[in-house]
Amino acid sequence: MYVAVKGGENAILNSHELLATARRGDAGIPEITPLQIREQLRLAVARVMSEGSLYDEDLAALALKQAAGDQIEAIFLLRAYRTTLPRFGYSVPVDTSRMALQRRISAAFKDLPGGQVLGPTYDYTQRLLDFSLVEMQPAPIPPLAAEPLPDSMPRVTDLLGHEGLMEAELPAHGDPAPADLSREPLSFPADRATRLQNLARGDEGFLLAMGYSTQRGYANSHPFAGEIRMGDVALEIIPEELGFAVCIGEITLTECQMINQFAGSRTVPPQFTRGYGLAFGEAERKAMAMALVDRSLRASELGEEMKSPAQQQEFVLSHSDNVEASGFVQHLKLPHYVDFQSELELLRKMRAKRAKVGAGETALEETV
Amino acid sequence: MSTPDTTTISARPLLPGLGDPVDDAQGIFRELLMALSRPGIAYRLPNLPATPDPLHPATGAVLLTLIDHETALWLQSPTEELTAWLRFHCSAPLAVTPADAVFAVIDRPLEMPPLAAFAQGVPEYPDRSATVIVQVAGFAPDGLRLTGPGIAREQHVGINGLPAGFWRTWQDNQARAPLGVDLLFVAGDVVLGLPRSTSVEIVAEGVQSCM
Amino acid sequence: MSSQRTQTGYNFAYLDEQTKRMIRRALLKAVAIPGYQVPFGSREMPLPYGWGTGGIQVTASILGRDDVLKVIDQGSDDTTNAVNIRRFFERTAGVATTERTEDATIIQTRHRIPEKPLSEDQIMVYQVPLPEPMGRLEPQEVVTRKLHALADYGLMHVKLYEDIARYGHIASTYDYPVLVNGRYLMAPSPIPKFDNPKLHMSPALQLFGAGREKRVYAIPPYTRVESLDFEDHPFSVQRWDDPCALCGATDSFLDEVVLDDAGGRMFVCSDSDYCKTRQAAGHTGSQSPVPATQEEAA
Repeated sequence: MYVAVKGGENAILNSHELLATARRGDAGIPEITPLQIREQLRLAVARVMSEGSLYDEDLAALALKQAAGDQIEAIFLLRAYRTTLPRFGYSVPVDTSRMALQRRISAAFKDLPGGQVLGPTYDYTQRLLDFSLVEMQPAPIPPLAAEPLPDSMPRVTDLLGHEGLMEAELPAHGDPAPADLSREPLSFPADRATRLQNLARGDEGFLLAMGYSTQRGYANSHPFAGEIRMGDVALEIIPEELGFAVCIGEITLTECQMINQFAGSRTVPPQFTRGYGLAFGEAERKAMAMALVDRSLRASELGEEMKSPAQQQEFVLSHSDNVEASGFVQHLKLPHYVDFQSELELLRKMRAKRAKVGAGETALEETV
Repeated sequence: MSTPDTTTISARPLLPGLGDPVDDAQGIFRELLMALSRPGIAYRLPNLPATPDPLHPATGAVLLTLIDHETALWLQSPTEELTAWLRFHCSAPLAVTPADAVFAVIDRPLEMPPLAAFAQGVPEYPDRSATVIVQVAGFAPDGLRLTGPGIAREQHVGINGLPAGFWRTWQDNQARAPLGVDLLFVAGDVVLGLPRSTSVEIVAEGVQSCM
Repeated sequence: MSSQRTQTGYNFAYLDEQTKRMIRRALLKAVAIPGYQVPFGSREMPLPYGWGTGGIQVTASILGRDDVLKVIDQGSDDTTNAVNIRRFFERTAGVATTERTEDATIIQTRHRIPEKPLSEDQIMVYQVPLPEPMGRLEPQEVVTRKLHALADYGLMHVKLYEDIARYGHIASTYDYPVLVNGRYLMAPSPIPKFDNPKLHMSPALQLFGAGREKRVYAIPPYTRVESLDFEDHPFSVQRWDDPCALCGATDSFLDEVVLDDAGGRMFVCSDSDYCKTRQAAGHTGSQSPVPATQEEAA
């Protein structure tokens, strides 16, 4: 006698209990709080906010706690929450030239107005495990600059723009409102505003690999990190009833402007072109990778030869989203009994046919 | 996207919208879904709102259920009271020409623009086409023979109050399928769907009478 | 089975009304253009993409408080994913649920169509992983969209013909492509081709939702749905040598169950409700529970 496996609901509920236990770990160790995550794992929080498309440090920290540190799971939690939020309006474009900078570097110029500002960076840490962090440490005291940074610093690309060496960044004809990818499906060909939106939500690892491939000959670009800046910008909206902009708060952003050479075309003189990256929080790797991919996706617009994955917008934009990718890769865990059974039947049929033909041939040979 | 019009609304108080925006809209939508799935069958809509002239109650129900700030609406008779009511309940932008509309309401079918004047969709995106609500005098049991998806063999129905030659233009519309417009005929609290996929044949005299 | 208590803090059936309106508009266009994939602003759902988010969004957009919902995965009501989606709607909409095909007003499914014939009062909602039937032959959507616009399905015919040349028959066994109303080539979702004939002239409205790919499409009731084939290689469905080991059915799609590691196996109905109903009506198979003897009963 055969009894089918049942009790799906109980199994699910039990797995939730097991998950909660595993998340808590050793109950003898103090439980981590979202506040601690927000303050001490800020880079993880920034990534969850960027790819979760929701600027809320506390919710991102909560999501990280709930996801036991799994960033893509945390991003998914934030996205699913974000979907349910009412939309009050769209902000005015942020002005990153008025960013209250914590960091600003250019790889193109040795010195420039405002100077190079290293800020908090892992760049020149020697990657030696710091065993002193095993124990609680007194809070470090930040060094103070001799003079405060200026309120606004010109962007390197603007400096080049004055000379006409940098392509002008002009709104598209008629300055149409950008599409909103969280409300409308992606359709191809996608304009640059839509592509940038997709890349901003895109998986850091995917963009990193795509950007890296452009440096290794898969898309012929010669990028310079024109400028990377990180700091706080004011976010403004124009309420219908007021008709003028009001500040609703500040957010931390990382912006990367890559400068790429462009040989020019029949209508356009040789000049520098841009690749643009922008991410919530401190997310330099993401912003740089995004800028490389943004530039490579402009290949057809600039009349460049299209031969590499990072230049193909359908390929890049359709596979950049880690919530989509993670879901579909992992859906292979779901039962596929029915399709598998269909394949099994087919395979048996094909093998039987082959065996029959094979046997027939042998018999034929024997009679000869 | 849409900029709310700030012109003063007439002193007359606005009629309310759906009593329960969640359940009423769902109930209305299910009937609409069936109406387009079963062309030629009249469906009586539930949860009807009070509607300003010249809307029939079912037209108001369809609009409150389906339109919002993302859907441009073209009205054959954009009275002040009606546009104020729609702006308040749906915040739908009004289309300037029939071609710009996602939804359109015809309350005087004898003077309606040709079906070809509405958005027909494009070969890659035939869904980018208008849904036109046509308010008619009423329905009859026979006069037209409908065939196509949603119809097991054939469906007979009559539609009163359409202009002469209307069904010839419908045949042109059907010939454009998968491009073309989809129609919702409304009379009072009843709606009858006619998607572009439906073939219509005139089987009796008198169906084109202009009442 | 239903609970009056629903998850607080969320709208009925989880989706906000603006999202429902958007999906409802897309569904009406889908019905008007049978088999055509309508793009829609698919939302992130609290379940992962690939796990039924398209079907869930369609169900959430059509569902009302009086509906009776059945959810199946692989034909079965009690596989974990089916249980999970049913729970989701019990929590967010508080609707009644059922396992009985004939009692359901909406049936959300992954990979099967119930064996019991459907009625005009029912709506099927299919979860679709890959809505583009030519996607495996041509991954670029700009190309496949153009082919649909031109009704140029030579690519698919060539693929099927190559199958015949290589294997002697068409090698697709599930998600077998169909032509809807003589116009659009459509992926019926990964149902076995065994179920394809049920798509044709079904009295029930059939809606398809692909969340990750952001497409919905539909087959209205009583619509022609042809599985692609050739005159000399007509479409045919799977048949089993064995009847269902539990209910003896010979007309249902069977799952193979491995009994031991020595090649022992049996075949049982994939449609758990169909099998259960047959067993309750006294039908038996080779592995049926032994009926209680008189002594035991006494």
